[in-house]
Amino acid sequence: MPEVDLDVTPLRELNAALHRLTPETNERHWVIDHPAGRHAIASGLNVPITVEINGPVGYYCAGMNKLATVVVNGSAGVGVAENMMSGFVHVAGDASQSAGATGRGGLLRIDGNASSRCGISMKGIDIVVQGSVGHMSAFMAQAGNLVVFGDAGDSLGDSIYEARLFVRGGVKSLGADCIEKEMRDEHKRAIHEVLTRAGFDGEVDPNEFKRYGSARKLYTFNVDHAGEY
Amino acid sequence: MDATPRTTPRKSATFDDYTLSEIRRAAASGIYDIRGGGAKRKVPHFDDLLFLGASMSRYPLEGYREKCATDVWLGTRFAEKPLHLKIPITIAGMSFGSLSAQAKESLGRGASQMGTSTTTGDGGMTEEERGHSTILVYQLLPSRYGMNPDDLRRADAIEIVIGQGAKPGGGGMLLGQKISDRVAEMRTLPKGIDQRSACRHPDWTGPDDLEIKIQELREITDWQKPIYIKVGASRPYYDTALAVKSGADVVVLDGMQGGTAATQEVFIEHVGLPILGAIRPAVQALQDLGMHRKVQLIVSGGIRSGADVAKALALGADAVSIGTAALVALGDNDPLYENDYQDLGTTAGAYDDWHEGRCPAGITTQDPGLAARLDPVLGGRRLANYLSVLTLETQTIARACGKSHVHNLEPEDLVALTVEAAAMAKVPLAGTDWIPGSKSDR
Amino acid sequence: MCGIVGLFLKDPALEPELGRLTAGMLATMSDRGPDSAGFAVYGAGQAGQTKLTLRGPSATAIEETVAEIEDAFPGAEASLHDTHAVVALPDQEVEALVKWLEREATDTEIVGRGTRMEIFKEVGLPSSVAERFGLASMSGTHAIGHTRMATESAVTTDGAHPYSTGNDQCLVHNGSLSNHNNLRRELKREGLEFETENDTEVAAGYLTWRMREGLSLGDALKVGLDDLDGFYTFVVGTENGFGVLRDGIACKPAVMAETDQYVAFGSEYRVLATLPGIEQARIWEPEPATVYFWER
Repeated sequence: MPEVDLDVTPLRELNAALHRLTPETNERHWVIDHPAGRHAIASGLNVPITVEINGPVGYYCAGMNKLATVVVNGSAGVGVAENMMSGFVHVAGDASQSAGATGRGGLLRIDGNASSRCGISMKGIDIVVQGSVGHMSAFMAQAGNLVVFGDAGDSLGDSIYEARLFVRGGVKSLGADCIEKEMRDEHKRAIHEVLTRAGFDGEVDPNEFKRYGSARKLYTFNVDHAGEY
Repeated sequence: MDATPRTTPRKSATFDDYTLSEIRRAAASGIYDIRGGGAKRKVPHFDDLLFLGASMSRYPLEGYREKCATDVWLGTRFAEKPLHLKIPITIAGMSFGSLSAQAKESLGRGASQMGTSTTTGDGGMTEEERGHSTILVYQLLPSRYGMNPDDLRRADAIEIVIGQGAKPGGGGMLLGQKISDRVAEMRTLPKGIDQRSACRHPDWTGPDDLEIKIQELREITDWQKPIYIKVGASRPYYDTALAVKSGADVVVLDGMQGGTAATQEVFIEHVGLPILGAIRPAVQALQDLGMHRKVQLIVSGGIRSGADVAKALALGADAVSIGTAALVALGDNDPLYENDYQDLGTTAGAYDDWHEGRCPAGITTQDPGLAARLDPVLGGRRLANYLSVLTLETQTIARACGKSHVHNLEPEDLVALTVEAAAMAKVPLAGTDWIPGSKSDR
Repeated sequence: MCGIVGLFLKDPALEPELGRLTAGMLATMSDRGPDSAGFAVYGAGQAGQTKLTLRGPSATAIEETVAEIEDAFPGAEASLHDTHAVVALPDQEVEALVKWLEREATDTEIVGRGTRMEIFKEVGLPSSVAERFGLASMSGTHAIGHTRMATESAVTTDGAHPYSTGNDQCLVHNGSLSNHNNLRRELKREGLEFETENDTEVAAGYLTWRMREGLSLGDALKVGLDDLDGFYTFVVGTENGFGVLRDGIACKPAVMAETDQYVAFGSEYRVLATLPGIEQARIWEPEPATVYFWER
């Protein structure tokens, strides 16, 4: 179980070593100490290993993650798990702006709050936030599920495509073309499925969530909606 | 008595035929006009510059026997694997989606044959493109359609797109007619809708945060690939300086004549600078930072002949990029299809409604029937021929100026035909010492 | 663009460490801003006395100027810091000194003025700037600092932040305004003077003007949200603390940390990582379009 101290080992060496791992590697659990807010820690991983980071991370932690499990025992800076392809990223603390930005698959779990633009342009990633999300979350969100236990800030889902947003708390305001939609059994099942994958074991009731999604009025330009563009 | 003669009917220069038709169109539709291509109106360009050939004080090189080298290294600042191109002409970013698969394949074949690169566009990398291009530059755009680390790793360079000449400050645009099944899948969009695109990147704004983003891309690719930053010509001095400070290996500068697949007409014609006015400030920024030739500069926007290539290099660029010209080489706007152009309400040479996806040449379309008209092998050969001519022309001019490498062309090899061109390119008006607006040392 | 740091001490026991902690934060921000750096420190003041921070073209030049000032103004006490000097003198003599400087020392600029505030800024890497002025040994109750990556104006000392907006007040900025040229013209008509083409200088002038017209700093920042266009995170230093404002879109970063001992600001979390007790601190990001103040 390799343990790497980033006060001693240069970040570039750590990332290079992680990139050299093959899917059959025996080094399946890595521990990183003293991240001290450095950027791009454990970015570009592409094997099914676990990387545990003891402390707060800077921007783009686990960026473009594929197959790996990354656990941040602290807070995460801008763009955690940005463009994630698959795998699991778990932030024990809070996440800064653009968490899960343009993510295409996998699961991002944030135990604290996520800041503005959570799930911006998401393309299939699932995101679970135990706390609240900030303004412009799910901006232009194309696909995937965003599940928020707390509240959402202004302009939720502005210009949204087909992503599904589930919020248990209040929504300060909805963005262009984003409306509340009917919660049906399939949506409750979807919430349950995402939460189970995220490690929740029935503590949270899908019935308590409201669903938000696209009104689909911006799909073809219509002069009567010109103000929304 | 004879009737009073009438004056000759006179049309307005301000409200000309085109303008009148546009106002009528706007009144009928309620939506801005969208089209492809770059700025069409006349702006100061390379035609206004001339080379000073060999004479009593300068001696030319013989063709063929006396070499005039054309190769260029891109990405030498930080990348472990910089690119070595045989010619200083690359193919600009154009998306699969805006172009047919056959067009992308043609570009790859032609570029590879000549030892240069192609660039992906706002839609991601296709297998065909990676397969057919020996050197492939992968764009990172605000939309991030199709972005993934595997393609990042199999690219030869990464181009972070901040903007392009046709629409500096605008995002991508692809209308429903071109969002086919395949395009929809690559972009994770519903089929047939009009794509709305972001104009800012989702996870960084500003050169200070861009620096961190570049760091991430380098970490993911183990510092191997050159990282380009592409901007539309806007504030070229500052943009270039900031690109250097953000950590770029290469700066790509696109002037207003640079084409787009689709955007608002007003954006194309009224935002951004002609490339002629953008090159010297960009080079000045590099020189002020001691980075000229260390951070390479690629310029684009209206490159048509080897004369344009040579002039861009003489003004200080390391290479040029072609987009529109490459498509024309493949057959875009060819009079061969005049009947089809007439059916579309236009004529060969004027066709720019590429967003409608009905390109008779099979280039800017997703329609399988139309796309089949373009034979990628033939297309590749045509592009290779054209690139070859561009290169030979550049060498001809360079030799006439006594240069054994095209990079040794310099501003002092040029003069201008007009005051505007002299001021913008900072070269003297032909036959004089005068550079408008400059102190004597340039 | 830029990096911003700010530190406001709640615990008097940390006051001797203010400079050292701020210098550490500034050094971490070098990547965001290698062109120039500056900081404002709020240290000891004396009632009835004003401190002017002066900047000259060189250390020798400022030394000479200070010698002349001490001759002309016997009540003045000066300390030299590389190209800067802090001159303290009775309040009633300040205007005379200002006029004297305009006449006798045209190459010397007043970069800061107040009972407690001292401002230092120069071209160069943040850590060397901090070292030149001895930031690490300074003490006080609060400090703000800035590292600059010039966007549209030149890399000169004049372009460095903080900009003074009034007595014991200053402004640092991360972002890029888009209507500062029009604003500058309007403010010039209102009688304000500008040395540079810098957008932050305009923002500082705007706040100064609003306060001159009767608004509090907080209200000036609020109306600024409507008048100032572009992207910005502002941190303002005041006699008793500091304030933070992000524009409505809030793309430029801002991270805050609070413990029983301090409130800190950084453009990136990295900057706060070296502060004492940071592991237990409350970390959060200021909301857009909201004015925050921490004061004693």
